[in-house]
Amino acid sequence: MSFLGYPRPDGSVGVRNYVGVISTVGCANDVAHWIAQQIKGTAPFLHQAGCGQLRSDLEIATHTLAAIGQNPNLAGVLLVSLGCEGTDINRVEREIAATGRPVKKVVIQKAGATVALNEGLLIAQALVSEASQIRLQEFDDSHLVVGVKCGGSDTTSGLSSNPAVGAVCDIVVDNGGTCIFGETTEFLGAEHILARRAVNKEVADKIFKIVDAMEKRAKASGGDMRGGNPSAGNIAGGLTTIEEKSLGAIVKGGTRPIQDVYNYGERVRGRGLFIVDSPGREPEFLTALAAAGAQVALFSTGLGVPQGFPFIPVIKVTGNPVTFQRLPDHIDMLVEMAAGKGSGLKASGERIHREVLAVASGKQTKAEILGYGNFPGLYTLGPII
Amino acid sequence: MELKERAIVLNEEDNVATALADLEAGSSVELDAGGRRLTVKVAARIPFGHKFSLAHIAPGEVVIKYGEVIGKATADINAGDYVHVHNVVSTRGSMGAEGGA
Repeated sequence: MSFLGYPRPDGSVGVRNYVGVISTVGCANDVAHWIAQQIKGTAPFLHQAGCGQLRSDLEIATHTLAAIGQNPNLAGVLLVSLGCEGTDINRVEREIAATGRPVKKVVIQKAGATVALNEGLLIAQALVSEASQIRLQEFDDSHLVVGVKCGGSDTTSGLSSNPAVGAVCDIVVDNGGTCIFGETTEFLGAEHILARRAVNKEVADKIFKIVDAMEKRAKASGGDMRGGNPSAGNIAGGLTTIEEKSLGAIVKGGTRPIQDVYNYGERVRGRGLFIVDSPGREPEFLTALAAAGAQVALFSTGLGVPQGFPFIPVIKVTGNPVTFQRLPDHIDMLVEMAAGKGSGLKASGERIHREVLAVASGKQTKAEILGYGNFPGLYTLGPII
Repeated sequence: MELKERAIVLNEEDNVATALADLEAGSSVELDAGGRRLTVKVAARIPFGHKFSLAHIAPGEVVIKYGEVIGKATADINAGDYVHVHNVVSTRGSMGAEGGA
């Protein structure tokens, strides 16, 4: 199977062809927002990170922004800098430029926001003109990089939409492509099952390590991730143990071997199934998928969520027919309640996989058409200082 | 024949099914367990999203869903019995962060 995409100089394939207008610190968001509002063909990446953070968090912000700028869906990048931010903007610029993409920058503290805006508008316009000359080509689906996520979960998630999305992951991986999942908090209680699927002991150890580190961070803040899990609400919904709850979530990653575990904000290298260490919260997690290099995201939901992402099509799949009817402006696909089993599962996986290829080839998702998803987040571990 | 599936077996290895509708005590449910047709008479009311057993599970034996161990039986569970916190415990729930494999 194949899809239409945009060839990039680094060998990756975009399924969208935006110029990214990336703010390098919270204080530069307004100018980046203004530019992206005015210039068609741009997509903003706004966030609150890059200043008043511990060194470790500034490192996360720096490498995440650099990876965001390398996402295959971006043809070029305009960085909007304040000037005194804690992120290493030179490194961000250098690492994006190393992929062969055009990357430019405007700095607000040089002559003020209005001057930066004027410069930025002209630069963005020129970058879009350049991007628009890249022609779509047909690629076999080994070039596909799909990120998967679940959120707004209900009983149907673990029974239908998550297994169905997992079946898509298996198809993508079997066709030579890449699938990325994460949400480390949801591995809790089932990390031993994921670790068994790791390609080697080193990768298995990384899976235990990220779950352990996540629990320790929660403990350091007075939280207990394991106690009271599953919650009273989970138990009322039919979930008996923490293993069962977590399995219902991780089933969305499919069943193939886990090739490696990456840190938040890192670009995934290689093909197959990968884990990105990340929180489950949507704005931060979708950013992790974008940084990892996902071209398309598959979002399994029960109650229904609106979230999209500025330059990645996010396909919403639900197993809850009430949600599908109630939220026609957000949910792209309904899978059967019994989608999670045997032949039904395979058929659902194949149907969603065809939709992934259609969306990759240009079909707009509900979130894209609605313009929902302009407020992503960037993960921080430590305090704001 | 029923038009809609009333319960689901997620993996052929599983020894429990999950109700896709509220099932009344004593009702018979037809199931497709990886191509294998099963009929199970549920012994109790099984609410939507809750589980019942497909076979006898002795105390200490594992309960399997998604083809994986989700816990251990703490009592005798017969085919059709309601399976939940009253007769199953986690194999992991009490472990600390350092629990490992």
